[in-house]
Amino acid sequence: MKTVIFSTAALTLVGILGIGLQDVWSDDDDGMKMRSRGVAPVTDPLYKEECGSCHFAYPPGLLPAASWQRIMAGLDDHFGDNAELDTQAGLQITEYLTAYAADASGYRRSRAIMSSLRYSRTPPLRITETPYFRHEHREIPRRIINLPDVGSLSQCNACHRRAEKGSFSENEIWIKGIGRWDD
Amino acid sequence: MTRVFPMVVMTIIATAPAIVIASTAGEKMEFSAQRGEKLWNREFTASGQPRSCATCHTSYPRLTGKHLRTGKLIKPMAPSVNPDRFTNQRKIEKWFKRNCKWTLGRVCTAQEKGDVLEFLKTL
Repeated sequence: MKTVIFSTAALTLVGILGIGLQDVWSDDDDGMKMRSRGVAPVTDPLYKEECGSCHFAYPPGLLPAASWQRIMAGLDDHFGDNAELDTQAGLQITEYLTAYAADASGYRRSRAIMSSLRYSRTPPLRITETPYFRHEHREIPRRIINLPDVGSLSQCNACHRRAEKGSFSENEIWIKGIGRWDD
Repeated sequence: MTRVFPMVVMTIIATAPAIVIASTAGEKMEFSAQRGEKLWNREFTASGQPRSCATCHTSYPRLTGKHLRTGKLIKPMAPSVNPDRFTNQRKIEKWFKRNCKWTLGRVCTAQEKGDVLEFLKTL
């Protein structure tokens, strides 16, 4: 519902003001290399070690600071797993995540995520819940997600070959057993 | 309460193969691989589903394990095949805390942790 309202509002805006919303939303990166910088890559070694040893180290620019704070405050039940850290490491990682969060970043995907969240009341706990993410992945069939080498939409690097570099461009997608993906 | 001395105990366990270890309280603690193995395979239902150490780490932890929920592959726990194990005190404490709570529904005692480490070292 929200997405519908948002899309309508966005289209109206494009229509009236002629704003190139495409810059933010489109996967069509050709000819705009300068600004399609994706999202800031992960730099913090402690975050990489503590979080990235269990799952893909999601770039902090994919969620707003308030989301990271919620996640870090609930590590004893981290999506069904216990991921508690010692106090010092927890504080340090929270600091890193909030400093580079989507609302503190000028990167293209970060801005797109923030823009898509403008009607959300509570900060999302999952990147996959954000309207921008859902919009971008709406055409991916269940059978692709269920592939043993993919498993879920949370495994960024199962398809985005340069995810670790903060790049999620459509032409870099490669799915094991499928190959290139274009939607 | 049980978390007062494990740091010291773990350091000693990680660095020396002695079975009898002095706790900070001054008394001797004895660890047993047999008790450790029993605990390793014991199923707890605190979470609503039966879970044991072996659920994710296998009952023969010279083998690679697999996380029950996430499916993540877990390198062998036995130092005889994975010498990196138990070389970092903070890491030992971190994972005991997480996994005891997740599996047993509580933190483990120093005795339990010592027994489990003793078991893993004999494999």
